[in-house]
Amino acid sequence: MSGAQGIAVPLAPTPASRPSSAGVWRRFMRSGMAVAGAGLLLVVVALVLAAPFLPLSDPDRTDILHRMARPLTTGHLLGTDELGRDLLSRVIWGTRLSLLVGVVAATLSSLIGSALGVVAAYYGRAVDTLVMRGVDMLMAFPYLLLALAIVAALGPSLGHAMLAIIIVNVPFFARAVRGATVSLRQSDFIAAARLMGQSNLRIIATELLPNVLPVVVVTASTSVGWMILETAGLSFLGLGAQPPVADLGGMLGSARNLINVAPHVAAVPGLAILLIAIGVNLVGDGVRDALDPRLRAGGLARISAVTEVAPDRPMPAQPPSDALLSVRSLRTEFRSGGQVWRAVNDVSFEVRAGEAVGLVGESGSGKTVTALSIAGLVASPPGRIAGGSIRFKGQELIGAPLAALQDIRGNRVAYMFQDPLTTLNPLLTIGQQISETVRRHQGLGPRAAMAQAVTLLEQVGITDPAQRARSFPHELSGGQRQRVGAAIALANSPDLIVADEPTTALDVTTQARVLALMNEQRHRLGAALVFISHDMGVIAELCDRVHVMYAGSIVESGRVADVLSRPAHPYTIRLLACVPRPGQARREVEPIPGLPPATNALPPGCAFAPRCDLAIAACSAGAIPMVAVGQEHAARCVRTRDALQEAAA
Amino acid sequence: MTRFILTRLALLVPVLLGVTIIVFVVMWLVPGDPATSILGTFATPENLAKVRSELGLNEAMPVRYAIWLTGVLHGDLGQSYILHRPVLDELLDRLVPTLLLAGASLALCSVVGILLGIVAAIRQNAWPDRVITLVVLLGVSTPSFWLGMLLILWFAVRFAWLPAGGMQDMFGPGGPGEIARHLILPTLALAAVPAAVLVRLTRTAMLEVMRQDYVRTARAKGLREGRVILRHAFLNALVNVVPIIGIEAGYVLGGAVYIESVFQWPGIGRMLVNAISTRDIILVQGGVLIVAAAYVVINLLTDIAQGVLDPRIRNA
Amino acid sequence: MSGVAPLELVDVVREYGGGRSLFGRRLPAHRAVDGVSLTLQQGATLGIVGESGCGKSTLARMIVGLLPPTAGHILIDNRPIDQFDRLSLHRKVQMVFQDPLGSLNPRKTVRQVLEIPLRSLRGMHAPARRDRVQELMHLVSLRAEFIDRYPHEFSGGQCQRIGIARALAAEPEIIVLDEPVSALDVSVQAQVLRLLQDLQARLGVAYLFISHDLAVVEAIADTVAVMQAGRIVERGGAAQIFLAPQHAYTRELIGAIPGLSAMPA
Repeated sequence: MSGAQGIAVPLAPTPASRPSSAGVWRRFMRSGMAVAGAGLLLVVVALVLAAPFLPLSDPDRTDILHRMARPLTTGHLLGTDELGRDLLSRVIWGTRLSLLVGVVAATLSSLIGSALGVVAAYYGRAVDTLVMRGVDMLMAFPYLLLALAIVAALGPSLGHAMLAIIIVNVPFFARAVRGATVSLRQSDFIAAARLMGQSNLRIIATELLPNVLPVVVVTASTSVGWMILETAGLSFLGLGAQPPVADLGGMLGSARNLINVAPHVAAVPGLAILLIAIGVNLVGDGVRDALDPRLRAGGLARISAVTEVAPDRPMPAQPPSDALLSVRSLRTEFRSGGQVWRAVNDVSFEVRAGEAVGLVGESGSGKTVTALSIAGLVASPPGRIAGGSIRFKGQELIGAPLAALQDIRGNRVAYMFQDPLTTLNPLLTIGQQISETVRRHQGLGPRAAMAQAVTLLEQVGITDPAQRARSFPHELSGGQRQRVGAAIALANSPDLIVADEPTTALDVTTQARVLALMNEQRHRLGAALVFISHDMGVIAELCDRVHVMYAGSIVESGRVADVLSRPAHPYTIRLLACVPRPGQARREVEPIPGLPPATNALPPGCAFAPRCDLAIAACSAGAIPMVAVGQEHAARCVRTRDALQEAAA
Repeated sequence: MTRFILTRLALLVPVLLGVTIIVFVVMWLVPGDPATSILGTFATPENLAKVRSELGLNEAMPVRYAIWLTGVLHGDLGQSYILHRPVLDELLDRLVPTLLLAGASLALCSVVGILLGIVAAIRQNAWPDRVITLVVLLGVSTPSFWLGMLLILWFAVRFAWLPAGGMQDMFGPGGPGEIARHLILPTLALAAVPAAVLVRLTRTAMLEVMRQDYVRTARAKGLREGRVILRHAFLNALVNVVPIIGIEAGYVLGGAVYIESVFQWPGIGRMLVNAISTRDIILVQGGVLIVAAAYVVINLLTDIAQGVLDPRIRNA
Repeated sequence: MSGVAPLELVDVVREYGGGRSLFGRRLPAHRAVDGVSLTLQQGATLGIVGESGCGKSTLARMIVGLLPPTAGHILIDNRPIDQFDRLSLHRKVQMVFQDPLGSLNPRKTVRQVLEIPLRSLRGMHAPARRDRVQELMHLVSLRAEFIDRYPHEFSGGQCQRIGIARALAAEPEIIVLDEPVSALDVSVQAQVLRLLQDLQARLGVAYLFISHDLAVVEAIADTVAVMQAGRIVERGGAAQIFLAPQHAYTRELIGAIPGLSAMPA
């Protein structure tokens, strides 16, 4: 998961994430810069389109008597050039030509390049090899030089300059579009389209092209500016537009020897190019931002080193306990697009020294965000801790200075994450990645830290640890990588290990081995464990106590054996009935109807009430407290006793 | 690693062959009789016939290519009939100034581009980021040759701090100091656009990498932000930035043509422009070929740099 | 079950790689599927269980004709699949994919997705298609008003229902389900499993159900085949495999199911 640190802010219900043209338009208009660029371009385009009707003098009429007149001379608003031609008229007509050439070149090269890219990617094999080797050959040249060579061979003219610019830009489009198409071609929906009896041509036209189009539009809109500059360059050297006709580059070229005597002759066309390019680039960036899915919803905001904390956050009424970890009334939320997603909504629990506590729930239940909140690792933006208290060994962690948190992270509180491929740095050896946490917290030198890393690798059951310490993450299997994750977590003998679905990405047999390892090492160190999982079975293997989470709240807490054998909350009861039990072939699973609520629109009272067949009016009346149903066993339900009776019946 | 470099070297052969084919084909596009365009319309029939047989113009295309390629492989790039000297000699005289200018520009744009990109990313949306974004917008929108003219106007004409150009002899009495003084303005003009492009890409790459799970892991280990940013984020961002430096090398080598013209720099770029205006096709052919070859070598180096950085590429 | 076997696999092999490296060295070929023979009875469910990389997805793609086998025979209604033309093969056998969202074109509405097979495989005209799309929505318990929405507006479970409806639109005899519930949450997984069971009871379609999760396979399949490194190491009735596993690997798989002892029956 490379998204917002594993916590998907649910995008589905927000209109901003629709691929509809309305959404793209809205995102474009939201960017002030892009709108300003579009405005600038509109003025320029209107001006050059109106050129034949404006009261301009003939751009090619020479007037030697009034050569190199300064700007603001009567009759010549921008002055005249070395032949006395009116600069205002010439710059407008020149802009007209330059814009036309840029747009035509961008359109043609994007069409040709995209067609080549799509065909190469879709048909693959020989076609792909042929097209892409050709592209490689063209790209082996510095592209401006190749354009120069083509014009040199064909002879100077604006048409040839444009042709050259098109030829040298086609490979860029072909490569970008091919890349996008190749990844699409392997996607399941293309395979599905084949199974639905669609022909190749139809698949290209209706399945591939609509999805590749954003790439083409983005590449084209960001390259129009380049093309204008490149064509101007060729004209500047005298290889493009031929006198007396001049585009902006040609005007600059003839002005270049006047730089000492009449700098304004060069300044006028130069500024014109600058303005057009700025306009085109702003619009291009706006289009890219509007179409690029990565930039949607929050965009590429920099994630800060610690989760943001609301300054006016409410403090919990209950005093903290003297447990190793005491979480009281924790609220963590995500803000995005004017919406607030209450991912963790008033969660309280504690972990005693050496004890293993499970947090179990389905995706979106808030279990991961709870775990990440402990050391302030929830991604901000968009995440933020809106209230509550987290005490670790008596020290308040919410709002603690970054330096204090950094001394605790990886040292007293260590983390293990889900996907061991994305959570390890691909460029550093696993020895380096283990030893750097040892060096950070134990102050050892590089050599001693590496020796300790090798010892740790041995402890987590990696064979030939000295050799393996020099391996990179991609050279290891998934199970080995997660053992490395365990070694990092164990490196400084922490008091608490927070493990966020560390075995979910693994095969069952590997999972069993990693779980056994975690159990053994945890007991060796006497460390406490907070274990997050969607799988009740995994929790049952490892944990003493469990908290069941639903829509951001803990709905049931208790010793694992009690919760499993006597679930008290209707959600827990129904969740357990959903798990297929082996050994009873074709047992009917009992699904829960409906879906969990989105955390930006939680119903009042019990969030499970809309799906619960025991729900009564009181369930939705207001906040529901935890009700004790046994020793250390409680459920957040007004109908717990009825639920228990029903379950027993 | 040795295997990786050897594989890359082996892949160089078809690429270089492709370059020669394209150079040959492009020059074959020259309309009319090459011999006439080389010698001019007033050439005697004897001279024309001599040039035709020298160039193998009476042979079929593939044969002509083979003759030409054999010559190229033996260091024979032909004769310039305008300059009356072997093309290779002329190119060798011109290559050093061009590589000096291109190298200085590439170094400048890489350092400035990457540094500003990192600053913009870690100060995202604060004032340094906004200032940098604005400068970058100006950078990618300014034609380099116009920027060169502006630099001359201000720093050479107005303030007379630096020479406007006219570097004559690279190995003359002025020594390195003289070369450096002449190099400053053209380097600035040539480096502006690629620096702006690199700032953008570095900024985006940094922001993207900072969202990756392994950066969270680094923070969960309690590492200080400086180390998280440099060792975990920047190193990974660099993997994406290095190939862009390769592309910018292409920009710099091509853009040198304009900048050398504006600053009267005695390199291959200015030679090419002159050769094009005198229709010295053989010289153009040689010039394009040698610059393309230099570019291929630079690309090889960036490929290798990427392999050094990223074990996944190295072992692929 | 009757004696008709709509799907039969005989010694099916699929190799990857081979060929030569840049320096002309012969590269080793990897056998993803190594001599698999299986029979799927009409209207029944055959479960295939195995860990990642055991070749089960390659097997699925060969059966629906997305990949040609290197050797062996795949017979549908006693006819080798290479004798079918593409359209008639796809009318016989369909597939449901693992990634619910990834198997739907992000730029097509549910209606557009469902109409394609009705048009190209069943040759239906516009009015008939409109009715049939409504029927299909109803069949997989999706509300009719969702019909003009795009895939990203749905949850994973709903997307998987659309994928199932699309497969059903072809009216196939066999549906190959490649890890259809492994991307889903437990409660949604139960919904989809129940739906699949209901559809089979109603329509009599046969399933080849592929999963890494023995408990899930066992809950839905009549017979189970355990796959390891491209081979079938054990096969048998679903309950029998679990209660009396014969092969060491099967025993290891069962032993690895977490919390088996702690979970009350």
